[in-house]
Amino acid sequence: MELLSGGEMLIRALHDEGVELLFGYPGGAALHIYDAIFNQDKVAHILVRHEQAATHAADGYARATGKPGVVLVTSGPGATNAITGIATAFMDSVPMVVISGQVDSSLIGSDAFQETDMVGVSRPIVKHSFMVQNAEDIPMVVKKAFHIATTGRPGPVVIDVPKDATDPARKFEYQYPSTVKMRSYSVPSKGHTGQIKKAVEILLAAKRPIIYAGGGVIQGNASELLTQFARKLGYPVTNTLMGLGAFPAPDKQFLGMLGMHGTYEANNAMHFSDVVLGIGVRFDDRVTNAVSKFCPGAKILHVDIDPASISKTVAADVPIVGSVTSVLEEMLELVAQADAKVDRKSLDLWWQQIEGWRAKQCLKVTPAENDVIKPQQVVESVYRVTGGEAYVSSDVGQHQMFAAQYYHFDKPRRWINSGGLGTMGFGFPAAMGVQLAFPDAISVCITGEGSIQMCIQELATCLQYGLPVKIVCLNNESLGMVRQWQDMQYGGRYSNSTYSESLPDFVKLVEAYGHVGVRIEKLSELDQKMTEAFALKDRLVFIDVAVDPSEHVYPMAIKGGSMKDMYLSKTERT
Amino acid sequence: MRHIISILLENEPGALSRVVGLFSQRNYNIESLTVAPTEDHTLSRLTITTIGDDRKIEQITKHLNKLIDVVKLVDLTEGSHIERELMLLKVKATGAQRAEIKRTTDIFRGQIVDVTSTVYSIQLTGASDKLDSFLAAIGNASVLEVARTGVTGISRGEKVLSL
Ligand SMILES: Cc1ncc(C[n+]2csc(CCOP(=O)(O)OP(=O)(O)O)c2C)c(N)n1
Ligand SMILES: [Mg+2]
Repeated sequence: MELLSGGEMLIRALHDEGVELLFGYPGGAALHIYDAIFNQDKVAHILVRHEQAATHAADGYARATGKPGVVLVTSGPGATNAITGIATAFMDSVPMVVISGQVDSSLIGSDAFQETDMVGVSRPIVKHSFMVQNAEDIPMVVKKAFHIATTGRPGPVVIDVPKDATDPARKFEYQYPSTVKMRSYSVPSKGHTGQIKKAVEILLAAKRPIIYAGGGVIQGNASELLTQFARKLGYPVTNTLMGLGAFPAPDKQFLGMLGMHGTYEANNAMHFSDVVLGIGVRFDDRVTNAVSKFCPGAKILHVDIDPASISKTVAADVPIVGSVTSVLEEMLELVAQADAKVDRKSLDLWWQQIEGWRAKQCLKVTPAENDVIKPQQVVESVYRVTGGEAYVSSDVGQHQMFAAQYYHFDKPRRWINSGGLGTMGFGFPAAMGVQLAFPDAISVCITGEGSIQMCIQELATCLQYGLPVKIVCLNNESLGMVRQWQDMQYGGRYSNSTYSESLPDFVKLVEAYGHVGVRIEKLSELDQKMTEAFALKDRLVFIDVAVDPSEHVYPMAIKGGSMKDMYLSKTERT
Repeated sequence: MRHIISILLENEPGALSRVVGLFSQRNYNIESLTVAPTEDHTLSRLTITTIGDDRKIEQITKHLNKLIDVVKLVDLTEGSHIERELMLLKVKATGAQRAEIKRTTDIFRGQIVDVTSTVYSIQLTGASDKLDSFLAAIGNASVLEVARTGVTGISRGEKVLSL
């Protein structure tokens, strides 16, 4: 058996776990580990410019690939800088392992230099955490961390490593465990067959059914199964913000996204349905609007791997705890049986009603005058220019909703956004992570001039590693989503949401970082310039698009109402 | 409703803080909490009393079960069970009060475990409401100090909480 130091064991264990990329930033408590990285070439390390970006990049990598993202930071400020990214991953159930250096174990608790109680600080936003007690435990701790992060409902796991546990002078016999057993952690796999049968019976007898599918379908790699299942039944499908791509958007059966900024047809179909099959969803408040008025006539069938998600906000009539894949497989078998018949007549009537809602064309863009660009038109342009083939990461704000509404995702893992935490600053580093995972793919970040400034320093990382990310900035010279709320709820009092006079010249800024900048101000130039920018395949291009600052995102749920209560424009509501 | 949840917890550093943190993080309340090692030194047993409607209790038990350090749990109040709490208290005991307090203590099957010329130290065990009744019977005025352990419990019959 080989003799390795704690730091070497850590890196070797990552390799043995199949890790190829590590996102991180060095510092005192992590230096033994960094030395171990230097002495090998199996695990590559990407040096970001801020630890928050390391977590978001690892997160983007994880969402795009399905593999866990891995982060390495030092103690104290390195660890606390990673917190926002850990919380982001936690809220969206993204598999991630974050290794943080810690002061020597003999100094813990003494307010030592750069000491932060990382396990304590991160506790509410991790699936689990470990503090390495003995160097020889490192391989097993790594094994457990990855097992926990990637199974069941995935999530971030922190490993806090005191510096003395990585001491190069102390060597141990290294062996990576092939299996892991934890008596207190088991993963639910198959759903209860009786419950599944019952759910399918209700589903088949439905007159106005709808399939409401979310991020769990993507995380559980069940998009194809879901698509088969939905097509077999011919039922309408809606996706959550997290679930976009779980069912192909161009499909006739797709009603678009539901919820706060969901389509007229999706939200109405939810409200008037008699059976809702919720799959890999959590009935989030951004979906349900007022819970008491939620889908008043519907039986709720809820499939999720996390029992705590079921009946948390909306009571399920048929709860099914299990992996979406295994449950969908069983359901598919049941609906394929000869005697399994859907109520065609009712379904046709239901579709007629839905087509009536769809005819409203709630996402139709009314062009502005004087060659002014509407933000929606920018996303439509990106969709055209990339042929719908891009990985699209987004930040948070109006641009995020426009991206969700107007880029028609037809595959899972293409839409990378912070849905649960809503973290501005997420998009650009996430797009770097995606680009590193898929060097030949188009990785776009759709952002706003507000959000992009929250992790703009990563332009340097992109130069260092030659990452040709395309940044499309919907520049409305304001914190648009905040402004929209101020328009709608605060009489247009723009408290601290505008800053036109102090915006940087983004073209010059990215040029200073060694990249290409493009500014687009006229609708008549939009497609042309966008095409040119995307043609620069091996360069990072920042496409700064001046858009109509007065635009709002619609539809928008009316607070306190049911799902069918929406504003459809500045002047129209349901 | 009041529930008593008993938990077998990995005897790992930080495990207790995860349980306690869960309660504050999700705005669940803890009425009392007791914790001690079990006959198996790798496990601690924790007993939490909390208050909530069925929906809330369901969420609490689900979230507790999700904690990696929680090995097993049972809501004792779902079946018949035995609950006990121990209380130590000091009461002012002078003059005629001395006999009166002694008598009340006997009625409640408590014991006077320490005596000075002016103070009795009393030990009492039982369900929480019995301890409450004792305090009411003694009268607040004479109570100098109270130390209660919080509830611990076990189910009746042959059912056991073990691995
Ligand atoms: C880190 C963080 N701080 C604050 C917010 C609140 N917030 C949500 S959207 C938004 C405005 C975003 O502005 P911008 O990036 O320019 O996007 P726009 O809405 O203008 O498209 C703000 C401040 C947030 N989501 N994240
Ligand atoms: Mg903006």
